[in-house]
Amino acid sequence: MSSKAVSKLASALQNFGHRLIDQFWRLGSASRLFGYTLASSGESLRRPFLVIREIYFTGVLSLIIILVSAFFVGMVLALQGYNTLQKYGSSEAIGVLVALSLVRELGPVVTALLFAGRAGTAITAEIGLMKATEQLSAMEMMAVSPIARVIAPRFWGGVISMPLLASLFSMVGILGGYLVAVPLIGVDGGAFWSQMQASVDFREDVMNGFIKSCVFGVACTMIALFEGYDAPPTAEGVSRATTRTVVNSSLAVLGLDFVMTSFMIS
Amino acid sequence: MDRTKIDLWVGIFAAIGVAALLGLAMKVGNLTTSNIGETYTVTAGFQNIGGLKPRSPVKSAGVVVGRIDAIQFDSATYEARVTLKLDKRYLFPKDTFANIYTAGLLGEQYIGLEPGGDEDYLQENDKIMQTQDAVVLEKMISQFLYSKATETKE
Repeated sequence: MSSKAVSKLASALQNFGHRLIDQFWRLGSASRLFGYTLASSGESLRRPFLVIREIYFTGVLSLIIILVSAFFVGMVLALQGYNTLQKYGSSEAIGVLVALSLVRELGPVVTALLFAGRAGTAITAEIGLMKATEQLSAMEMMAVSPIARVIAPRFWGGVISMPLLASLFSMVGILGGYLVAVPLIGVDGGAFWSQMQASVDFREDVMNGFIKSCVFGVACTMIALFEGYDAPPTAEGVSRATTRTVVNSSLAVLGLDFVMTSFMIS
Repeated sequence: MDRTKIDLWVGIFAAIGVAALLGLAMKVGNLTTSNIGETYTVTAGFQNIGGLKPRSPVKSAGVVVGRIDAIQFDSATYEARVTLKLDKRYLFPKDTFANIYTAGLLGEQYIGLEPGGDEDYLQENDKIMQTQDAVVLEKMISQFLYSKATETKE
């Protein structure tokens, strides 16, 4: 092997190792930020308006996109499900299909993905820009902790909004499915609701979906906060951090979903 | 945007979010139908329970009168021991017949109770003596094929 190839291999290995170590460093630094955020939560929860303002920005302003997509997802589920179920002569089971798929999976997961795109990016860009314009350093100079004043309220705003949005997503999706299945296709309305109630279990399905959405809320909000806090204070740095927020949140949501589902199904 | 307006919107958001969760629990889930109040427990033994599961309904004349609490394997009799929780309002004679039925062709399985004529009622922890197993489709088909095969031989 020529010395050129060896040095190429070595530099590739070096590059890989550098990236790996960098990822571990970021993970540790994110955990540290998470710890600080929890530690200074008490301070920011004592001023509830800070959190309420963040719920407004992350929750209320995400309502439109969440509700409209939920409505269409529910309608599509009903159309697709009816198409297949009707071949087996059990089109009344469409209510079960729509409700279970929304409450167990689609509600929490799609809400989290939309949440990462709609609210997560906003949080990252805002904090990244605050850092780039040295607002965070200015706060520190005034002996105001930026974590208690900026990070923790956004964290709690996201964590509170996410389960509410996911519940709304599931409910509106089921209503959309009902609209397609019952008035449009002509499935019996009584059978739609009664079969749904017979097979959707409160603890097994509704509560597990709720727990999932809480975990996704923590994951998405924390990733968005960390990416913003960690962003290089340049225009390019903020733009890259925003992209990473969407990519990492989506991967984290789908990965966590698999892990939690495998715990819950057993 | 001023403070009171934000408070108002967040209040509305929280209210409809909680309402959606309650709606999921009440209208979509079985929180309202699952607690049937006071219950009493009876058991029944089956050779084969098919696809019966805990929490499946127990019906009599098509009305849900209880739910299945637990299913265990009895290693003494090699039977499935099914524990039923029945609503206290409904009393059944001691010689009630318990069948495993299927709702529709592919639907979920449930236990149907057919009351007998005994004057005494089932008490807490009694055992239903007469049971009929789930219909296993494969068994029926193989019996049918077997009888067809013997028919053609003759």
